[in-house]
Amino acid sequence: MAFTAPLENDGVNTSPHVADEVKTTTCYMCACRCGIKVHLQNGQVRYIQGNRDHPVNKGILCGKGAAGIMQHYSPARLRKPLKRVGERGASEYAEIEWDEALSIATGWLSNIRATDPKKLAFFTGRDQSQSLTGWWANQFGTPNYAAHGGFCSVNMATAGIYTIGGSFWEFGEPDWDHTKYFMMFGVAEDHDSNPIKIGLGKLKARGAKFVSVNPAQTGYSAIADEWVGLRPGTDGLFVMAIIHELLQSGSVDLDYLVRYTNAPWLVIQAPGTADDGMIARDPQGNPLCWDQKTKTPINALLAEVAPVLRGNFDVNGKRAVPAFELMAQRYLDNAYAPDAVAERCGIPAATIKRIAAEVAHVAFQQQIELPIAWTDWAGRKHDKIIGRPVAMHAMRGISAHTNGFHTCRAIHLLQMLLGSVDVPGGFRYKPPYPRPIPPGPKPAGKKGATPNQPLGGMPLGFVTAPEDLLLDGQGKPIRIDKAYSWDHPIASHGLMHMVISNAVNGDPYPIDTLFMYMANMAWNSSMNTRGTIDMLTAKNTDGSYKIPHIIYSDAYFSETVAYADLILPDTTYLERWDCISLLDRPISDADAAGDAIRQPVIAPDRDVRAFQTVLLDLGARLKLPGMVDEDGDPKFPGGYPDYIVNHERAPGIGPLAGWRGDGTAQGHGAPNAAQLDNYIENGCFWRGEIPHDARYMKMANASYLAWSKQMGFIPKAEQIVLQIYSEPLQKFRNAARGHGPVQPPDKDRARIETYFDPLPMWYAPFEEAAIDPQQFPLHALTQRPMHHYHSWGSQNAWLRQITSQNRLFMNRTTATAQNIADDDWVWITSHAGRVKAQVRLVDGVNKDTVWTWNAIGKRKGSWALNPNAPESTRAFLLNHVISERLPNSQQSNSDPITGQAAWFDVRVRVERAADHEQNDAGHNFGALYPPPGVTTGPDVLQYGAQFSEAAE
Amino acid sequence: MTSLPATTDKKLGLVIDLDTCVGCQACVTNCKEWNTGGLMAPLTDLKSYGAEADGVWFNRVHTYEVTGHEACGASASRTMHFPRSCLHCETPECVTVCPTGASYKRTTDGIVLVNEDLCIGCKLCSWACPYGAREFDVFEGVMKKCTLCVDRIYNENLAEEDRVPACVLTCPTSARHFGDLGDPNSDVSKLVASRGGVDLMPELGYKPTNKYLPPRARKDSAAARPTPELKPITADGFLGWVDKLLSR
Repeated sequence: MAFTAPLENDGVNTSPHVADEVKTTTCYMCACRCGIKVHLQNGQVRYIQGNRDHPVNKGILCGKGAAGIMQHYSPARLRKPLKRVGERGASEYAEIEWDEALSIATGWLSNIRATDPKKLAFFTGRDQSQSLTGWWANQFGTPNYAAHGGFCSVNMATAGIYTIGGSFWEFGEPDWDHTKYFMMFGVAEDHDSNPIKIGLGKLKARGAKFVSVNPAQTGYSAIADEWVGLRPGTDGLFVMAIIHELLQSGSVDLDYLVRYTNAPWLVIQAPGTADDGMIARDPQGNPLCWDQKTKTPINALLAEVAPVLRGNFDVNGKRAVPAFELMAQRYLDNAYAPDAVAERCGIPAATIKRIAAEVAHVAFQQQIELPIAWTDWAGRKHDKIIGRPVAMHAMRGISAHTNGFHTCRAIHLLQMLLGSVDVPGGFRYKPPYPRPIPPGPKPAGKKGATPNQPLGGMPLGFVTAPEDLLLDGQGKPIRIDKAYSWDHPIASHGLMHMVISNAVNGDPYPIDTLFMYMANMAWNSSMNTRGTIDMLTAKNTDGSYKIPHIIYSDAYFSETVAYADLILPDTTYLERWDCISLLDRPISDADAAGDAIRQPVIAPDRDVRAFQTVLLDLGARLKLPGMVDEDGDPKFPGGYPDYIVNHERAPGIGPLAGWRGDGTAQGHGAPNAAQLDNYIENGCFWRGEIPHDARYMKMANASYLAWSKQMGFIPKAEQIVLQIYSEPLQKFRNAARGHGPVQPPDKDRARIETYFDPLPMWYAPFEEAAIDPQQFPLHALTQRPMHHYHSWGSQNAWLRQITSQNRLFMNRTTATAQNIADDDWVWITSHAGRVKAQVRLVDGVNKDTVWTWNAIGKRKGSWALNPNAPESTRAFLLNHVISERLPNSQQSNSDPITGQAAWFDVRVRVERAADHEQNDAGHNFGALYPPPGVTTGPDVLQYGAQFSEAAE
Repeated sequence: MTSLPATTDKKLGLVIDLDTCVGCQACVTNCKEWNTGGLMAPLTDLKSYGAEADGVWFNRVHTYEVTGHEACGASASRTMHFPRSCLHCETPECVTVCPTGASYKRTTDGIVLVNEDLCIGCKLCSWACPYGAREFDVFEGVMKKCTLCVDRIYNENLAEEDRVPACVLTCPTSARHFGDLGDPNSDVSKLVASRGGVDLMPELGYKPTNKYLPPRARKDSAAARPTPELKPITADGFLGWVDKLLSR
């Protein structure tokens, strides 16, 4: 109920004209994909508002989203294609026409495709069109494709998908409406941005307890009921100690474990043989459990069995033990007792014990029951769903460590022991997940690359065994980033952070062209920024560049523009079509599948083109299959929107699931020419609700499984059994022990055997284990400010007023002991390098940890900032002290399972800079100079003045 | 000197929940984007892309640490996010010091506004306001301030549910509420009563209309959240306990 305008008679117009028209689209100020309503006056953006009907943000909008106006009108925008005319990094460019730009690219790429397609490394950054870009790589024929997941959150995705068949953030969410106890691990202000904030608001209103496990007490941690400021990289120990407490006290949900997990599956105990650690199976391949009633091994997938959870059994002459017992034996060991881990975690044992007791109390004494009738996978009807209202969410603080995969698995194990996966009050899957563990398909490219031939499948996928690795005849990596090799066998998102380094080293081989999109690799997206710049400019003895060609697409004058040979200017998010597809990373929620589009709400005022349209154009010029018709003409002459509507990945399956066929079909259906109009009429998104009886217990709910199969998400409507024990990991371990046709080289055997543990394990982060802790006593982390998103925010006139210099936050006690005072400039030194920063002393940070905001620092002259902007003079990047390789090693600084970049493993010392160094950050990177069309933004900005006149 | 109304028909204002604010700056930039094209447009930004960028903002969020306060619970400190904007006081000195009548308090809804046509840029109001809510537009030479989105809350060109201040409309954690604090039966008045909402610096006597809800007590100790301790299973040990008959 709104108020009626009173008669104040002060001349104020309380009903000014707001908009000539309001258009809906999808935000792109971060990865969250919120729905927005863009109010336009005279063709200019008057106001951006959250779309109340949208499933992601439900009407609200974050600090970034509301500043989208300044992103759109940024002075850093590129205006026309560019080619480099001077040396790389010398800021000498010439503007060229699109035809010339595309001809240059086509020339380089067609040569590669005709000779050796893998010489193209195509890596996209924060790309929301990976189902297109991955397919393009496939049609081109290169295995060397990935987006930025390898340096973002692949540990979370992969550990989740290989354990519970879903994951935090993208493929699951806490049950915000029912949880009574919420634990958040390592969440640095976003991922996902607005749903977490909405959810925390709900928890606060209901009085649920919120525990934040994070070395820094900022953002979300600031409003937590309990802040657990543990030492970075020890979350796994903390979680395993909670598991120890739960097991010791019998506070686990045995019924849940038996019905929904592989806890009862029998694991063969035959050391020295190829079967050791493998699941005992019947001749049909079904896993076996020991049935308590018949005293026989029996198909564990059957409904009417009474499996035991402990004991030694003889199965066809081999000893076998339930997975549960192996798990329990491990964590019941006193090595995982709170008293044993407390010091390493930096958390008192009493606190760990209390939290374990609270978790158990809420799960088992405060269980909730929702009166939802449902039918399980075996056809048994239930009249209610029992909820264990403990929910968890974890993100980069877990992910960005070399022990992140196992730590994430440990968190999922804790959820399974509590019986809190996809129950009321727990973690809930978002479609298209849960999917089989692991899901298909496997990564394509086993045969390497063949001239003028497609790869034969999508480059990224899920391996199940060593036989699925991408290795050449000598057992060496097929991919430039060494994903799916013995270096990083389950690198489901690739390793973007290793591409440049590996290519320049010619290990495993040199490349011809590096083609990148939306990834600022010459600055804040790289580990070892200085080294990366050197590599981008490295030359052979004949004077040619070691990476001969670099093509880059970006909408803005980022640092990487200066190192590219050919620059393809992209549009802003308000000028483009996009699809947020179920084939990629959709906008589903726990109650519905969903996807979305962007529509252009403003026409570009310059000669820029949407990258995806350019990619399809290039594909047609290269005559890539699927991108040309039988006559060799472009198959999608209308560009990306044409593709979005008309491309079919499989018959009836396209990028968008809504309004297919005659406009009424969902999921499957022929292309519908009116599909985009249908989306626009609905606010630019589609949401297909899951049937009411199918919204919980999705992994074992007959109604859900049938719906999921009908939607094309899973191949068969069969129960998805959650994996406390991971047999795929054991297969790699057994290969390392000398079994099977595909085995690691001797130098890798010990590493593979150690880390491919089928149960979650903990080990010290690799850098910590390799350095002298006396010399580098502190951990160093970055977090994202909620109001900035990487470098995208730096040229934003509003957002940069909130933060334009990042301080190094340091524990007051630790700093005082070193005679470091507030506002002092300090040197941060790691094994890899040093950088200067200004400190801000705080109490709310783990005493062994320093941290700073991510990606505030900018190279002088870039992003249309004045060269004296604080971003270039006083801000800094922690990236300068993080190496892409482990200390004194050629091994990448990555998780040994997934290849996840271990940003948060870095260890440093912090020392007060000399008196004469107390002025600024003292960066000695040379300045960059803007390309034609980019000038430093205006001194005085009066955006909006034009609207007040119109309103009168 | 400018006079104040003896009473106002309504006391429209904000209720801000310090227990729930995560400091995300959503209200800050949403206020900026609405108001830079609104009644007091533009909210000029100076040195927008250079050093010492400095613009007009009607709403700012400050983050700081509190130590040794009971609100810290078992921790030594707690991080606070504090949104700051005009409190639309009942007896604001920023109005009474105004020599031209530019600053005024509306008699109908209590909103404190500036009539830019009358403002001579003398800044007496900003000196008078102890809350730092006034924002001087150096480029235009006039004082600007929060209008409580007077051009939104009654705006017939907006959908009814959108007729709230931009900061309230956008707040992701629902930490901001808008209503008539003069009506004891309004939702905002009831919220203030139930949560023990407070005036900011009441001792100064300006009677702020906006209220702040203090942080709730933390549940981060055994005393704050009594829970039975976990007891080890003793009889047959844990692995004996699991021998009960289970079925899929």
